[in-house]
Amino acid sequence: MTPLTTSALPSPVPAASLTTTSEPPRLRTDKLTAMYGKSTAVSGVTLGFPANQVHALIGPSGCGKSTFLRCLNRTHELSDGGWITGRVLLDEEDVYDARVSAMVLRRRIGMVFQRPTPFPTMSVYDNVAAGLRAGVRLRRGETDEIVERALRQAALWDEVKDRLRGSAMALSGGQQQRLCIARTIAPAPEVVLLDEPTSALDPQGTQRIEEVVVELKGDFTIVIVTHNMQQAARTSDTTTFFYLGTMVETGATRQIFTAPRNEQTEAYITGRFG
Amino acid sequence: MRRIASNFMVGLMLGAVVVAVLPLVFILGDLLVKGAGSLSWSFFTRLPAPAGQSGGGVANAIVGTLIIVGVASLIGLPVGIGAGIFCAEYSGSRLAWLTRFVADVLNGVPSIVVGVFAWTWIVARQKHFSALAGSVALAMLMIPMVLRTTEEMIKLVPRSLREAALALGYPRWRTTLQIVVRTTLPGIVTGSLLAVARIAGETAPLLFTALGSQFFTTDVTQPMAALPLTVFTYATGPYEEWHRFAWGAALVLILVVLALSLLARLATRQRFDLNG
Amino acid sequence: MASTVTTPAGRARGTLRASLAEQRGSRGDLVFRAVLTIAAAAVPALLAVLLMELVRGSELAISRFGLRFITDSIWDPVAERFGAWPLLAGTLLSSLLALCIAVPLSLGVAIYLTEFAPRAVRQPVAFVIQLLAAIPSVVYGLWGIFVLIPLLRTTLFPLLRGALGFLPLFQGPIYGPSMLTAGIILAIMVMPYIISVSREVLLAVPGSQREAALGLGATRWEAVRTAILPYARSGLIGAVILGLGRALGETMAVTMVIGNRNDVSASLFAPGYTMAAAIANEFSEAVKDIHLSALAYVALLLFVVTVLVNAGARLLIWRVARGAGAGSGAL
Repeated sequence: MTPLTTSALPSPVPAASLTTTSEPPRLRTDKLTAMYGKSTAVSGVTLGFPANQVHALIGPSGCGKSTFLRCLNRTHELSDGGWITGRVLLDEEDVYDARVSAMVLRRRIGMVFQRPTPFPTMSVYDNVAAGLRAGVRLRRGETDEIVERALRQAALWDEVKDRLRGSAMALSGGQQQRLCIARTIAPAPEVVLLDEPTSALDPQGTQRIEEVVVELKGDFTIVIVTHNMQQAARTSDTTTFFYLGTMVETGATRQIFTAPRNEQTEAYITGRFG
Repeated sequence: MRRIASNFMVGLMLGAVVVAVLPLVFILGDLLVKGAGSLSWSFFTRLPAPAGQSGGGVANAIVGTLIIVGVASLIGLPVGIGAGIFCAEYSGSRLAWLTRFVADVLNGVPSIVVGVFAWTWIVARQKHFSALAGSVALAMLMIPMVLRTTEEMIKLVPRSLREAALALGYPRWRTTLQIVVRTTLPGIVTGSLLAVARIAGETAPLLFTALGSQFFTTDVTQPMAALPLTVFTYATGPYEEWHRFAWGAALVLILVVLALSLLARLATRQRFDLNG
Repeated sequence: MASTVTTPAGRARGTLRASLAEQRGSRGDLVFRAVLTIAAAAVPALLAVLLMELVRGSELAISRFGLRFITDSIWDPVAERFGAWPLLAGTLLSSLLALCIAVPLSLGVAIYLTEFAPRAVRQPVAFVIQLLAAIPSVVYGLWGIFVLIPLLRTTLFPLLRGALGFLPLFQGPIYGPSMLTAGIILAIMVMPYIISVSREVLLAVPGSQREAALGLGATRWEAVRTAILPYARSGLIGAVILGLGRALGETMAVTMVIGNRNDVSASLFAPGYTMAAAIANEFSEAVKDIHLSALAYVALLLFVVTVLVNAGARLLIWRVARGAGAGSGAL
């Protein structure tokens, strides 16, 4: 039994060691620090997310993993007093550059939230099309096609194809969350961020979402925050452990769960704290 | 003994409920009994008969109320709703704080004072009474009501919904209008209808602005008849025939007000259905 | 297509920088904010204009009578002498009378509805009371003239004079239109306001207060008296003062039943006058500038009084609603 010490965290494994190909990661952070007013939520995280993989961020609640995720598509700055230092690069372009439009960025890095957030006044169809309508105008037939494809990818098409015009609020919690996934992927972002997407769902709903997440990595780069370690183990290719606002360890999921290099990571994944 | 004291107090309170509800029963009953008798086809279609003569109607007052309240809503609703959205969306700003505070102050200003204001501001300058001045006074009464309901309704919309829209790449103005305001629209409609219902029965601000008129007019720059003014003039007048008309006009007025209130309730009911 | 990545949607992807369409989006944000700001700024601007106009309208009277206006008791348009004391006294007296009647009833109803009423009764009764608030003032006045006054003149008033006639308050001839009639009709009108705000205040009292008292073996009334009322006290006072604010400015119903006579009488059966009633009656008939100006001065006074009363009420209610969690020890 190793006593838990909060001081003197060992320095994390460098992100670069993860990258197996020579290609730069689709999305990466460089010494990213996230603040709420004067308090630090995330400090100095350098991490890369190669394309077409599922990346899990794990750690006890309050460890900064959600805040880190929210920095990636600039939703952190919507919180009261939220600001950052460091860089976030999408395809090597700094997303916090003054000339970058947060609106354009968010269309390329989609996000799914903890609780399902279907727009209550819109039908199932309009919910999926909502993201498309934020951008350019599309022809009717084109929209139909994209909506159907997004719903199929989110494994929801068969359940809703007969009630596309019905209210989205009539769906179950799990269906609503898959609807939100469909809404997020419909505008074809490159990266999909999922912030504890199954925390409000029952086990069955959770399983469906996990299956969808694994399917989606063929088309998208996925970053998922979860407090459920089995979920991370089941869905992800790489896993990063956050603790007290810093990145403790990152590596291939199999390695993190079988042979963690850090004591705290081990303590967390073996359930000794968290 | 303690039990008896407790039951006694509850008995007293029950008595208070009865006493509080009785006036409503009385007023509505009297309105129906005394008002229904004077309602007839000509009551709705004819102009007032000359003083002391029988017959005639209050067509001009009904149309006048519709115009005055309509114009007041055209002025008051956009300002009230816009200011309400501002106070909710930029709730930390100094202007939001000031606007909220002033709305509370305005909410307590007696309607007669607003009438005097409309007189000095518009009537005294134009040198003649006008329906428009009445509408401005009524608009001023509805703005604080609409503002506060709009703000409170918008604040009920969960933050996550707003973030979900922004995360899809919506610009802020479209997030506010198409997602937040659209979601809470039934609530805003309810608040607006209740405000319209309240000003529809207001009399004091119209006494020396719209003034009232024996004639039929749709010109808002001229004096105009209105139902509440008709009730007041006829009720305080000397003729028996006028008193009958006052009851009739009051019945029509209260039906309009209650219909608007009921409509407001229906708008909210739809919202609850929506949320399952 | 070498340099751009093609999405599944078939659209080409460029940089993150704002395209023309995006610039339109942020221009939309600017326009949107500007429009809302204008609407929000219009509200304080309107209040400023209202104050300026009231002061401008009453300038003549202010310069002629000054603050003596408040204490002088002669109101004589013919002699061009104006003092607002009878109006001010009438306004305060009628409103206080209304509160004397309305407060016990309103608190009884509010407490019954929040603490004792069966669940099935609460909503309908609350709805009926809201309806009372929706009835226009002029309809109350009409009802007052033709139903309430005849009723009071033949029943309650003689009864009061018989039983309490030794008090100056209940002496003198009974006309019908009177200070007491105005007080009664005002009481009916302000009750819905006091009830609904009191209900909100009582509902804000945490359940633990109630349960603690009941747990000690108190009856439900004792729990109300010892635990809930002390906790909610300042909020309830706020509700009452809010009702006072309504009563002070109420115009039509009062004008129609108070008798509109311009002197201060000890008897509640005697006709009286209020600030609002004087404005309503005389403003459209006044021809002299000084008369109009004196009436505008009355309006200004009424404005100041109601704003002060309402501000006090808000402060009290706000303290309960806000301090319910933390500051309960102070109550």
